[in-house]
Formats: sequence, structure tokens, C-alpha cells
Amino acid sequence: MKGIIKDVTFDTVVGEVMHMKNDGQRLVTLSTYQAGEGKMGILYHFDKELETTHLRLVADMDKPIPSVSGVYFSAMLVENEIRDQWDVEFDGLVLDFNRTLLLDPEVTQVPLASNVKIAPKN
Amino acid sequence: MLFTPTVVKNLLKKPATRKYPFEVREPFTKYRGELVMDIDTCIFCGICARKCPSQCIVVDKEKGTWQCDPYACIYCGWCVDSCPTHSLSMKHEHRKPVTEKAEWIEQGTPPKPKKKKAPAENKDDAGSKAAADKKADADEKAEAGKPAEAESKADAGKKADAGKKDEK
Amino acid sequence: MATTVIPFGPQHPVLPEPIHLTLKVEDEIVKEAVPALGYVHRGLEKLADIRDYHQMITVCERVCGICSMIHGTVYSQCVEELMGIEVTDRAKMLRVIWSELHRMHSHLLWLGLFADAFGFEALFMQFWKVRERIMDINEATAGSRVIVSVNIIGGVRADLSPEQIRWILSELDTAEQEIKALQDTIMNDYSVKSRTKGIGVMTYDQALELGAAGPTLRGSGVAQDMRMLGYGGYESLDFEPVTEPDGDCWSRSTVRFREVLQSIDLVRQAASKLPEGELAVKVKGNPPEGEVYQRVEQPRGECVYYVRGNGTKHLDRLRIRTPTFANIPPLLHMVPGCELADVPVIVLSIDPCISCTER
Repeated sequence: MKGIIKDVTFDTVVGEVMHMKNDGQRLVTLSTYQAGEGKMGILYHFDKELETTHLRLVADMDKPIPSVSGVYFSAMLVENEIRDQWDVEFDGLVLDFNRTLLLDPEVTQVPLASNVKIAPKN
Repeated sequence: MLFTPTVVKNLLKKPATRKYPFEVREPFTKYRGELVMDIDTCIFCGICARKCPSQCIVVDKEKGTWQCDPYACIYCGWCVDSCPTHSLSMKHEHRKPVTEKAEWIEQGTPPKPKKKKAPAENKDDAGSKAAADKKADADEKAEAGKPAEAESKADAGKKADAGKKDEK
Repeated sequence: MATTVIPFGPQHPVLPEPIHLTLKVEDEIVKEAVPALGYVHRGLEKLADIRDYHQMITVCERVCGICSMIHGTVYSQCVEELMGIEVTDRAKMLRVIWSELHRMHSHLLWLGLFADAFGFEALFMQFWKVRERIMDINEATAGSRVIVSVNIIGGVRADLSPEQIRWILSELDTAEQEIKALQDTIMNDYSVKSRTKGIGVMTYDQALELGAAGPTLRGSGVAQDMRMLGYGGYESLDFEPVTEPDGDCWSRSTVRFREVLQSIDLVRQAASKLPEGELAVKVKGNPPEGEVYQRVEQPRGECVYYVRGNGTKHLDRLRIRTPTFANIPPLLHMVPGCELADVPVIVLSIDPCISCTER
């Protein structure tokens, strides 16, 4: 993966993101992936004059993840999407759709989180 | 007012549209239209079924049938590109609308791989088919193996649970 | 002053796709807008679990109904980077040509819809008439009007013959004349200006902070175009990002209008530099373990793909961030303070593609 990758923890993520904002970086998006049993990796992608920086946070899925939507308002939508996709909680989300941004309220099964590999038909 | 020249031009010109059902444009020669199957040349290798992104093709080698769901087809043309005997092709016109869903099953003669009287031209085909068959068999075995393993694991888990309950 | 709540969408004459905004209105002035998404969520990212990495191209092409070519290109680029495949120069240049044709027809579609949003239906018809030429080029050269489906991992499937290139260039010359005849209307017409000038303003700093992308960002004066990264064949082409300083609806429409002309120029450059060579490289094996982050410029802006391989033929994770997803927070910022009648124009000025957004 191109660009600088920095590892952050639960305690430092908001501070690091604040630091990036003061540096004049634009928050591109957040990417998620499964990082072992009960854990997910979150990548915060930043851009400044086409130079990319990534912050990597490996989080436990059962604990609320600190939200960065207070720093960057634009993180609000993508954090709500992660709530939909992984059934995780965010701490301090400015506009919380409560897991109904993309899914309907009656949906109980969460896509991606189970990450079941379905065998192809043929 | 700045739009007036365009308006005047349009007034003096013929319409840009066609009277569609009565006047149809010539189709482009590269257009990916309706899928056509020539079942007589098909060797039932099943490559089209495995390549198809919408998985709308089903090939049965033993019965010699080739089946396609034309309403699930996305007209990408991958099956046409990958067919080893060029049995599949595409028309330059799109499929006509229908009022009722129809099934599309082609019945051909199932291949007999052990027959050695095959003409010289078909030798290559037979070879590639045999290779494809082997591959398909291997795939099937691999897939068949997985659920069996999973089941045995699940059984083991249940037994372990039962054991725990007994201890309690 | 009493507050009234007015629902905007999901079914609204101006919206081609469903998005809902809850507008809190005082008198005629909008005070707050809250979005609701999820009407066309299809869960395409999850499909990476059942379709192999070749078949996922056709899935990615269907993320967006307008810019399918560029979705296919960026997905192929990701997998090629993951597997260490070097694509031939000819394939790269052909991808540029079809990508720019897609940018053109997407912008022409939008310019038509935008004219329709403020009630100028004759201009709407006029833009779509020009667009039909581009659609015919796509159909004649690639086999389909929108979902051209020319990308495969390792290159492209279709080729352009010298005659076809001559025909494309002559069609583009006609299209350029027809587009330039409309330039005065969309930029300087009194009625158009009165509906777009000074409406939905977003400044340079706000655009960066809210993470806007594409023409919405460049309409606020930020000279950022992902094609400047030089991915694909763009490093050998000569162009400057189009920017407008004002940050209002007029700026955003002017950026898109000028980008159509820029795309015509880029197709000409790419056609003149089209090298000889193979169309595609043979691909063997499965994507190895690893992760790739790629950004490309789509008609609506920067599109981000994050791909994670695990050594099998199925990808571990495919993440797609489409440009409209990034442009919704700026929209929520632009709407408060405007008049209720201007909401359709502002919503359309970010070029919303909701099927992209929800995937």
C-alpha cells in the first residue's frame, strides 16, 4: 500500500486525527477489514496535495470505538456505515442513525461482520 | 435570449429523433446482443458456466443439456470469449421483449470420451475436454470435501459439549 | 417563527435516484437538513465473498449506472497492483479513451438534468442530443451503451482500429461544435445565472474540511484532480485541473461544462499517442495476501478502492468509497440558509449518484 502508515491505539486515535486536521489534511474515508477473531482493522485515509497518509487502528468489536466525527464532520456518514456493516458502537457520534443508515430497522443480521464465505454454485 | 440561435436552428432542421418502431437504426456490428448457442458443436466442458459472472448457465455433461436463464444473463460476453469450440456467439440485436418467461434448455448428444473412432479434427477438442473434465472433477471433489469436514468438526463440537454436560 | 418540517424525496421530480432529506424550514428559509439513505442499498461489497476476483469486475461495473468503465478500471488496477501485473501501454491508453468518453457522457447527462432542475427543458433536450453521439461511440466500439465491459484483469478486451479512431475523432469534432454552441446559454444566460449564482456557497476551506470530492471540490477553487496522480495512461497526457473560485452552483456547473471540453481534448491526445502492443497480459494464480489502496478520478470525483487479498480466488475485503458519499456532508452544509425553492438546484449541483453511494 502506497503512502505513510501510522499505527494508532484507542487512546491516541482522536488526538492523532486532530493533529492531522491541524496539519491541513483532508479526510478521504475510513476502510475496514476483519483483523482476526472479534477484531476489526480501521484505516483512516488522509490526503494533502495528493500525498496519502493512513492511520491504522485495530479495535475490539465489543467495545465502543472513539468517534472522530467531532473533529471531521465528514466522518459521520462513514462511521454510521461501519455501524451498519459490522454492528459496532461508536463513542460520541455527532449524528447517530442507530444502525439504520443503509439497513432497515427490522434487519437483525449484519452483513460483513459474520464474513461467512459462501460456496459458489458451480 | 442567448438560446435563440439554437431555437431557430432547431426549427429549420429535421427532428433529431427517429419514429422508433417503424424506423429502426442499423445495429452496430460490435454490439453484444442476444446469446446464441450452437449445441451441435458443444463439448459440455462447462467453462462458460464457471466463467459466467451472474452464474446463469448450467451444463449437465451426463444428460447432455446446456441450460441458460436468459433473464439473469447480463450480456457481458465472457462465455463467448472463453468457449473453446466457439459454440457460443452473440447477435448484433438485443433480445426481443416477451410477455411470458420462457426456459431455455438445449439438448445435445452427451460426449463419449472413450470412443477412439473420433475424426482427426476433433482430437484436439477431445484432449482439451478430457483436461477440463479432470479439472471439473477435482473441483467437485474439493468442494465436496469441505462440507464433510465442517460436519465432522461440528459433530466433534457437539460431542465435546455433551461431554461437558455429563461432567456437570 | 414556527418551524415546519418538509420532507424532500425520496420521490421528487428533480431526483433521478432516491435520497431523502428532512428539511426544517422557517418561513421560506431552510434551517437544517438531515439525510436518510438506504433506499437502493444492494450490498455489493459482500458479493466479493461469492464471486471470484475475475467475476467481481462485472459487479464493480454495476456499482454505478453512469461511470461503469471507471469502476472497472480502478478495480482492475487494484488487483493488478496486488498481483504485480504490468499492463501494456496500449491497454492503458485504451482505458483512458473509454474513461474520458464516460466522463463526457456523464457530464452531459448531468448538465441536462441540471437545466431541467431549474426548468430549462429545451436546454436539457439539447445536451442529451449531444450525449447520444457519445453513447453511439460507446456502443459501436465497446458493444454496449453504458456498461461497456471492456476491462479484464491484465488489460482490455476490445480494440480500436485506425478507422474507428478516425470516426471517433470526427464524431467528437461535431460534438464539440454542438457543445460550444450551448456554452453561452449555460454560463451567461440571465435566467440561468439568476437561479445558480450565489446559491449554495461553499468556500475553499470548508470544501477541504468537509471532504468534498471532484467538481464539487474544484468548484470551490481547490485544484485537485486524481488524474494528476498519473495512474493508468494519464502520466503521458497534458492537462490542467479545471477550477472555478466562487463555490456556488454556477461554479460547479461551469467546472463540469469545461471538463467536457477537456475530456474531448484528452481523447484526442490519447488517440494520437496510442502505442502498438498487446491488449492484455495473461493472468495466472490468485491474488496474494496484501492490501492495495487506489484512487481514481470519476466524473463525480475521487473514487477510493481498498482491496485486501488472502491468497484464495475470493478477495478478503473489497471497500468502495464513491464520490457522492463524500459529497453528502458538503451538501448538508450548503442547504441551510437557502430558500426552499433552491433546494433542488443545490441537491443536483453535487451530481448525486445514490446507487453509487449505497452500493
